[in-house]
Amino acid sequence: MQTNPSTAVGAGTTFHVAQANYYYGSFLAVSNVNLDIPERKITAFIGPSGCGKSTVLRCFNRLNDLIPGAHVEGTIQYRGVDLYDKSVDATELRRRIGMVFQKPNPFPKSIYENIAFGARINGYKGDMDELVERSLRKAALWEEVKDKLKESGLSISGGQQQRLCIARAIAIEPEVLLMDEPCSALDPISTLRVEDLMHELKEQFTIVIVTHNMQQASRVSDMTAFYNAQATEKGGKQGYLVEYAPTQTIFNNPAQQATQDYVSGRFG
Amino acid sequence: MTATDPNAFSQSSSAEQHFSSDLSGRYRLDNIFRIASWVATVTALVVLAFLLIDVLIDGIPRLDWQFITSFPSRSAERAGILAPLVGTIWLLFVTALFAFPIGVGAGIFLEEFAGDNLFARILEVNIGNLAAVPSIIYGLLGLAVFVRVFLPITGGRTVFSAGLTLALLILPVIIVATREALRAVPSSLRQAGMALGATRWQTVREHVLPQAFPGILTGTILALSRAIGETAPLIVIGAQTFVPFVPSFRGTGFSALPIQIFNWVGRPQAEFHVNAAAGIIVLMIVLVAMNATAIYLRNRFQAEKM
Amino acid sequence: MTTSQLPDSPQNSGLWQPNRQLSKSMELLAKIVFGAFGLVSIATTIGIVLTLIFETFLFFQEVPIWNFLTDTQWTPLFTNSQYGIIVLISATFLTSFIALIVAMPMGILAAVCLSEYAPSGLRKWLKPALEILAGVPTVVFGYFALFFVSPILETFVPGLRPFNGLSAGIVLGIAILPTIASLSEDAIYAVPQSLRQGSYALGATKRETVTNVVLPAALSGIVASFILGIARAVGETMIVTIAAGQNPRLTLDPRVPIQTMTSFIVQVAKGDAPTGSIEFITIFAVGMTLFLITLVLNAFSFWFVGRFREKYE
Repeated sequence: MQTNPSTAVGAGTTFHVAQANYYYGSFLAVSNVNLDIPERKITAFIGPSGCGKSTVLRCFNRLNDLIPGAHVEGTIQYRGVDLYDKSVDATELRRRIGMVFQKPNPFPKSIYENIAFGARINGYKGDMDELVERSLRKAALWEEVKDKLKESGLSISGGQQQRLCIARAIAIEPEVLLMDEPCSALDPISTLRVEDLMHELKEQFTIVIVTHNMQQASRVSDMTAFYNAQATEKGGKQGYLVEYAPTQTIFNNPAQQATQDYVSGRFG
Repeated sequence: MTATDPNAFSQSSSAEQHFSSDLSGRYRLDNIFRIASWVATVTALVVLAFLLIDVLIDGIPRLDWQFITSFPSRSAERAGILAPLVGTIWLLFVTALFAFPIGVGAGIFLEEFAGDNLFARILEVNIGNLAAVPSIIYGLLGLAVFVRVFLPITGGRTVFSAGLTLALLILPVIIVATREALRAVPSSLRQAGMALGATRWQTVREHVLPQAFPGILTGTILALSRAIGETAPLIVIGAQTFVPFVPSFRGTGFSALPIQIFNWVGRPQAEFHVNAAAGIIVLMIVLVAMNATAIYLRNRFQAEKM
Repeated sequence: MTTSQLPDSPQNSGLWQPNRQLSKSMELLAKIVFGAFGLVSIATTIGIVLTLIFETFLFFQEVPIWNFLTDTQWTPLFTNSQYGIIVLISATFLTSFIALIVAMPMGILAAVCLSEYAPSGLRKWLKPALEILAGVPTVVFGYFALFFVSPILETFVPGLRPFNGLSAGIVLGIAILPTIASLSEDAIYAVPQSLRQGSYALGATKRETVTNVVLPAALSGIVASFILGIARAVGETMIVTIAAGQNPRLTLDPRVPIQTMTSFIVQVAKGDAPTGSIEFITIFAVGMTLFLITLVLNAFSFWFVGRFREKYE
C-alpha cells in the first residue's frame, strides 16, 4: 500500500541498502554494504572499531552530510525512497529518523527545554507540557525528574542524561531510532534500564543500534550485522559487511568463520 | 536550498497531524542569517583594507629618506621622524628588558611552582583584572610613581620611566602567554624528568622551558608590538612632540612614533596630516615586522612539533 | 635529610654523588625569585589603587565630592571652575554605546561565520586577519575616524561637525570588534560537536542549531567578550581624543564635539600641568572614576562567567 512500486522492497522493510560504498573524500571507508532493515525490529551493528558501523548508521539520517567530503554511492532507500535523492530534505528526514549518541549530549538548557526544543522548531501544534511528560514517561525518566523539569539537563546523572536524550529523540515522533553505542558511557545498571527501554520502544519504532558489546547485541537485537575492517595500503582501515542474519544465527551458527571468531571473542 | 517534496516519504504514523514545519520559511531565515554573518566578517576586513589604503594613499608620497632622518620642524616639508623613531626603538628595548624576564618568571611560578594556594589564586584574579585596566591608568601610575617618586633613579619624564610603565602594561599579557606555552608542554615530560631524580626546577629549566620557549617568545613579541602602538600612557607620562635631538635612556625629553603621529594629526594644516599618514606607515612597518617574526616563530614551532 | 632514611645503595655508590643540597637551594631560589616576579603584578595593582586614592583624596579636599557628582558643568580649566564628572561620563557613555551598537552584532556574527560557516581553510586566514585589525594602534584608528569616516558621514548626516561623537564611536566599535569576535569565536568553537549533532539529529536547521543550541552554550564566553569590549571602549583614549573633540558638554547628541574622561586626561597631561596643581590632581580623580567603572565591569564578568559557565566533561 505504501511501497514505491519501482523498487522490489517488501512492506515491512525500513531501510534497503544495496551495494553501498561510503566515502570520506576519496577514501573508501566502508564498501559493498547490502542490508534490509526490518520494521519494528531491533537491528544491531557489531564489529571491531574502525569497521564503519557508525558511518553506515549516520548515513541513515544523513548526519554525515555535515562532514565535508563525505558521500555515498549505491542505493540507500528509506521506505522505498532514495535517501540521497534531490527531493529529499535532510532536515525533514532527521525529524523522522531520531538519533541517540554515544555520549549523552543534553543541551545546556533545562530538562523541559531539552525536550521542547525539537518539537518547537518542527512546528509542534499540540500541548507542549503534555508532550514533555509523555516523552519522559516513555523514556522511563518521568518519575525521577518530574519535580525538577526546570533544572539543567546537565545536572542529572549520566544514565538519566542518556534517557533524557532518548526522550528528546522520541518527542518529535520519529519513525526510526538510530542509537550509536548508547550505553558505552553508562554503568551496568543504567545500561540495563536503557535496554529494557529499547524493548518497549520497539513496539513503536524501528531501532538500529551500534554496539561494541556483544552481550548487548545478543540480548536486545532481532537482527545482527557483523562488520569487519581490513588494513589498506595507505595505512588506513577499510570496513566491509561480513554477514547479516537473524541474531540467533549470528551468535550460534554463523556462516562465516570471521563472524564465529569475533562473537566467540577470539579477536576484536 | 533543496526543493522539498513534503510527500517524499509515505506515512506510517499520525505524526504529520502534529507537526507542521514550514521548511521553506525556515530555510529562508537560515539564508538570511548566513548572509548576515558573511556580511559582518567581510565588512570588518573591508574596513581594515580601507584603513590601510587610505593611509597609504595619503602618506606614501611623503615617505622618503629625508623624512626618516630629520628632526621635527615648524614646516611640514622639513619635519621628520628621527627622534620619535629612535624613541620607539629605545622603548622597545627598555620594555622588553623588564617585561620579558619578570613576565616569564611570574608565568613559570604560577604554572610550575605555585600549585593551588591562596597566593596563586590572588595572583590569578589580579592578572585577569589588570588585563582590563585601561592603558591610560597605567600612564597615571607611571606619572605618579616612576616620574615623581623614583625621580632620582629614572630621571623623571624619560625613556626609562616610559619603558617601565609600558612593561607593567604588557606584563599580564606575557604572563598569560607564558602560562599557555608551558601548559602546552605535555606533563609526561615533567614526570619523565622528575622520575630521573631531577628537581622541579631542573626539569623545567632543562626540558619544559626549551619546549615552551618559541611559544613564549611569540607571545612576548605580540605583547611588545602592542606596547609600541600605545599612545595614551606616554602622553600622560610626558612624552614630548618637539625633540630636536636623539633621545637617550635617562635624558629629559623623549618622543615616540605614536606621539608624533598624534601631534601631527592635531595640527590644523593639511601638510602635517600627510606627515601623520607617513608616520603611520613607518609605525605599521615596525609592527608588521614584529608580527611577521612572531608568526614565523609560531609556524616553525608548530612544524617542529609534528 | 629524607635521603638518609633510604638504605645505602649496595654498589657503585662512590660514582653517584649528586649535590642534592645545591639542587634544593636552586629550587628554592627559583621559587622565591619567580614568586617575587609574580608579586610585581600585585604591586602594580596596589600601586594603581594607592596612587589613585591618594591623589583623589587631595582632589576631594579642594572640590567637594557632592559637586563632583552633581554639577552639570565641567570647566576645571576656567577661573570659575566646575567639576561635574557626569559631563565626561556621559560622553564616554555615548561613544561607548555607539561602539557597542556597531561591535556587538557584528562581532558575534563574525564569530559565528568564522566557526560555523567559513570553510576551515578560509578560517585559517580570516582569524589572523581579524587579529591584525586588533593590533592596529588606536592612534591610527583616530586618524581614520577624523580624516576618512567623518568626511563621509558629513555628506549624509545633517549638522555633523568635524569633531563628533558619532564617527569616534563607530570607529571605536571597529577597534573593539576584533576583541569581541575573536573571544566569542573561541567560546563558540569550544562548544562540543556532539551538541550540534544532537540538534541536527532532531531536524534542526543550521541557523536553529546555532541560535538555539550553540550560542546559548557559549553564552558565558560571549558575555565575557562583550564586557571586555565595553571595558576597552570606556578606557580607549586616542580615537575619542582625536575624533570626538575636546568640548566638555552634557549631551546625548552624537553630532557635536564632546569630551570623554580619557580625552580630558590627555588634554591636561599634554599641557604639562605642574605637580600638585588642581589640574594635575583632577586627572587622577577622573582616572579613579574610570578605574572604578572598569572594576565594576570586571567584577560583573567574573560573576557571570562563574555563574553561567557550562562544564562539559
